[in-house]
Amino acid sequence: MYVVACIKQVPDTTQVQIDPVTNTLVRDGIPFIVNPYDTHALEESLRMKARYGFKAAALSMGPPNTEATLRKALALGVDEAILCSDRAFGGADTLSTSNVLAAAIRKLAQEDEVGIVFCGKQTIDGDTAQVGPGIAIRLGFSQLTLVDRIEHLDFLTKKIRVRRKLEGRYEIVEAKLPAMITVVRELNRPRYPTVPMRLKAAKAEVKVWDNKELQLDPNSVGLKGSPTWVSRIFSPQRAAGEIIGDGMGDPAGTARLLLEKLVASDMLAV
Amino acid sequence: MQPDPMIFTPLLAAAAVIFAWSCYRRFSLVGVGASEDRCSSLPERLQGMFLFAFLQKRVVSRPFGINHLFIFWSFLILAIANTEFLVGGVFPAARLVRILPAALYQPLVLVFDIVSLCALTAVVIALVRRAVAPPYQGARTGEAFGILSMIGTLMLAYFGLHAAEIALGAEEAAQAMPVSLALSSLLAGQGPETLNSVAQVSWWLHAGVLLFFLNYLPYSKHMHILAAIPNCFFKGLETPNTQPREEFVEGNVYGAGSIDRFTWKDLFDSFSCTECGRCEKSCPAASTGKPLNPRLVMHDIKVNLLANGNLLQRGGEPTVPVIGDAEGSIKPDALWSCTSCGACLAACPVFIEQMPKITKMRRHLVQMEADFPEELLNLFENMEQRSNPWGIAPGERGKWAGGREVQQFEAGKTEYLYFVGCAGSFDSRSKQVTLAMTKIMEAAGVSYGILGKEEKCCGDSLRRLGNEFLFDKMARENVAQFQEKGVTKVVTQCPHCFTTLKNDYRQYGLELEVIPHAEFIESLLAQGKLKLDHHAKKGGNIVFHDSCYLGRHNGVYEAPRAVIAQATGTAPSEMERNRENSFCCGAGGGRMWMEEHLGERINLNRVSEALEGNPGTICTTCPYCMTMMEDGLKDRSNGGTKVKDIAELVAEGLA
Repeated sequence: MYVVACIKQVPDTTQVQIDPVTNTLVRDGIPFIVNPYDTHALEESLRMKARYGFKAAALSMGPPNTEATLRKALALGVDEAILCSDRAFGGADTLSTSNVLAAAIRKLAQEDEVGIVFCGKQTIDGDTAQVGPGIAIRLGFSQLTLVDRIEHLDFLTKKIRVRRKLEGRYEIVEAKLPAMITVVRELNRPRYPTVPMRLKAAKAEVKVWDNKELQLDPNSVGLKGSPTWVSRIFSPQRAAGEIIGDGMGDPAGTARLLLEKLVASDMLAV
Repeated sequence: MQPDPMIFTPLLAAAAVIFAWSCYRRFSLVGVGASEDRCSSLPERLQGMFLFAFLQKRVVSRPFGINHLFIFWSFLILAIANTEFLVGGVFPAARLVRILPAALYQPLVLVFDIVSLCALTAVVIALVRRAVAPPYQGARTGEAFGILSMIGTLMLAYFGLHAAEIALGAEEAAQAMPVSLALSSLLAGQGPETLNSVAQVSWWLHAGVLLFFLNYLPYSKHMHILAAIPNCFFKGLETPNTQPREEFVEGNVYGAGSIDRFTWKDLFDSFSCTECGRCEKSCPAASTGKPLNPRLVMHDIKVNLLANGNLLQRGGEPTVPVIGDAEGSIKPDALWSCTSCGACLAACPVFIEQMPKITKMRRHLVQMEADFPEELLNLFENMEQRSNPWGIAPGERGKWAGGREVQQFEAGKTEYLYFVGCAGSFDSRSKQVTLAMTKIMEAAGVSYGILGKEEKCCGDSLRRLGNEFLFDKMARENVAQFQEKGVTKVVTQCPHCFTTLKNDYRQYGLELEVIPHAEFIESLLAQGKLKLDHHAKKGGNIVFHDSCYLGRHNGVYEAPRAVIAQATGTAPSEMERNRENSFCCGAGGGRMWMEEHLGERINLNRVSEALEGNPGTICTTCPYCMTMMEDGLKDRSNGGTKVKDIAELVAEGLA
C-alpha cells in the first residue's frame, strides 16, 4: 500500500519581493524551499512507512528544477519520487493542479493501492489551501483537513481516526480509507537527512511524468485548465512605523510610553 | 646481602615476560583505531617531548605539579638504581659496587639516597593531599592510594636494606648514604641475625613490590607512566580545533560512532590519562553541573576500548556503543554540553585531545543518525537555506550600514576585506560593534571593502556541532568566492569567523592573512593612525573577558589588553580565570543556538566572576561573549555594569 506526500517547491517567501512595475514576484536569486507545511506531510508519510510498512512516495508538480525538492524527499527516506512536469502543465491554478496530481495518484494506484495522501494544509506562496481538497474530490477519497494528530489507523476495517485543529476547538473525525489528509505544523517534527541518505538521494531516480504518461485532456491542465486569472499582485501599503522613546537608554520609560500608546489606541485594555 | 639467584632469576624472568605480554596486549589495542600521521616535524616533536614530558612544563603550572615533578625525576634516577638492583639479584657479580671505582660509585649512591628521600617526601605529600583535599570528588580511590603506598614502600624498603647493610658493616660506601646511615643508627645494637633478617625482608619487599608494580601498571590508570611521554611526542601540532575534513562519497561513514572510528592516537590518549582531573576543573560544562566531564570521556573511551578491542582485533563487531548510556559509552547530553572552548586541551599536562573526540562523536550523531537537540534543526535549515543562523533573508545583510555608503570589496581598489560576519550583520547589538569598526577604520584611513549581500556565513557553528557536510558545502562556497574576488587580507570582528577563515579554510587550499579586530586596531594604534582622547573615556574600571577562539584557540591574549590600555589610559583589570585559564561564556561549539537546560548557566558563573571586581564595563572581543555577558548581567540585575566590545571602547575614545 502506498502513502503519498504531495509537496510543492515554493520560493522562500521571507525573501520574495514584488516588482512594483510589473506586479509580479521578483524571483531572481531567491532560493526555493519545500513548502514548510508539506515537510510535515512528508514526515508523517515516513512515519507511516516505518510504522505500517507502507511504501512512501513523494509527488510534486512543477518545472524541471522541482527535482531538487524531490531529492530532498528521497534523502529523508521516501521510496519513490515522482515529478509531474510538462510545458502543458504550466500556469496552473489550484483546479488544474489538483487534476494533474489526482491523475498521477491514479496512475500510481495501478502499481499498488494508495491508502493515504498527505498534503500540507496550504502553501506559503499561494495560501489557498485548495489543492489537497481538490485531489480528494477528484479521487473520491475521504477528506480530512487541518489534522494535528493521527489517533488511530485500523487496517481491518480500513478506517482512520484523526484530530482536526480548528479555531478554538478540536474535532475528532473518523473516515474510511483511502483518505486525503492535510496537515498542520503541530502534527510532528520533521526529521533531518543523514549524510549517507543525502548522497544516495543525489543519484536516485526521480520519475518524471509528462502528459503523455498522464493522458489528461489538454484543456483540463495548465493555463488552459485554469479558470483563475491573476490580474494584479501588490503589497498592501502600510502606514509608516514610529520609533518610540529611547529603548537602549531608557527601556522602562519606553515600555511605559508604548503601553500608554497601545491603551490610547484601544489595542490594549487595562 | 644477596638472595639466591636460583630463586630470584625465574621470578624476574616470569615478571618480565608477563609485563611484556600485558603491554603488548594493551598497547596493541590502539591498532583498532584509524591511521593518522603523528610523526612529521620530528625536531618540533622532540622539543615538545623534552619540554612537556621531561621538564613537565604544564604539570608544574598548577598546584602540586612540583610534587609530581619530584616523583617523576626520582623515578627516572631510581630507574638506574632499580635496574642495578634487579640485575644484581640475578648476577651478584655484576653489582655496581664491584664494577665501579669508588670515586664514581660513591656520588652515585649519594644521589640515590637523597633522591629516595625526596621521592618518599613527595609521595607522603601526595597521600596527604589526596586524603585531605583531593583534586576532584571521587579522586580518593583505592587504586590511587595503593599506587602511592607502593612507591612509598619501595623507598622504605630501599632504606631498610641499606640501613641494615650499613649496620652489618657490609656497605663500603656508608658515608655516601646520609639517610641510610642515619637510619642505620636505629638498628645499632641489633645482632647480625636480626640485621640479616631486616636486610632479607627489605630486599624481598623491594623486589616484590617492584615486580608487582611493574605488572600492575598496564592494568591501571598509572599506565600513563608508560604512555604519557610518547603522548607528548605525538601531540597535535595543528590548532586543535581544526579537525580533519571528511570525504563525502557514497559508502563512507562519518564521525565516530564506534571505538574503531577513532584514530590510534585518540585511543592512545585514553591510555595516557591518569585522571588528574585538571580538565574537569577547567571545563565550563563540568563546573556548572552538566553531564559532560572530559576526564570521564577519556575514561569511557578507555573502558570501551578494553571491552571491544579484542573483539575488533579478531575481526568482530563492537558490542558496547561509544555513544549511549552504558558504561564505556558517552551520553549524548554530555556531547551536546561541550562549548568547544578548549579549556580541557589547555589544562591537560600530557596533551590529551578531549574536545576533538567530542566533535567526532557529534559528527556521527548529526551525519549518521540525524540525532541532535531539536533547537538545532532550525539552525541547520537556516544555515543551509539562508546562510545565517537566524534565518534572516540574505538580502538583509549589509543593512547594518543604514544609510551610510560602504565600499564593496574589490581587489586592487580596496586593501582589506572587512568580513562582518552574521552577528555583525544581523544581531542588533553587534551591529553597533560593526559601526564602531567602520568608524575606526575610516578614522585611520584604512582602505577596506565589504561583501555586503554576497557575504555568507563562515560555517563555524556547523563545524563545531558536527554538521561537517553542510560546513563543507559552505566552506567551498566561501573559498571559491574569496578566490574569485582575489581576497588576500581579511579583518574580522568575530573570533569564530577569524578562526574559521584562518585555520579551517586552509584545509581547502586558501591561505588568507586574517586579522582579528583587536590586533588590527592595535596595529593602527602602533602606526599612529588613530588619535585617542583618554579623557573622553568614562567606562570606570574595565574588566577584560577572553574569548576562547581568540585566546586559547589562537593565542591572541595581549593585543586586546594593549588596545584597552591605550584606548583608556589604564590596563584592564583581570578576572581570576584569565588568558589560557579563561572561562568560556557558554556560547561556543554551537551552544549559542541551544537551550541550556542542565545545571547552572555558564554565563552566570562567568558574569559573577566578572562582577567580583565591581567593574563599570566588561570588555569582550566576540559577539557571542557579548550576548552571553549581557544576558548574564540582566539576570544578576546589575544596572551599572555595561558590556562593550573592544571596538566600541576605541570608537568612543576617538578624538
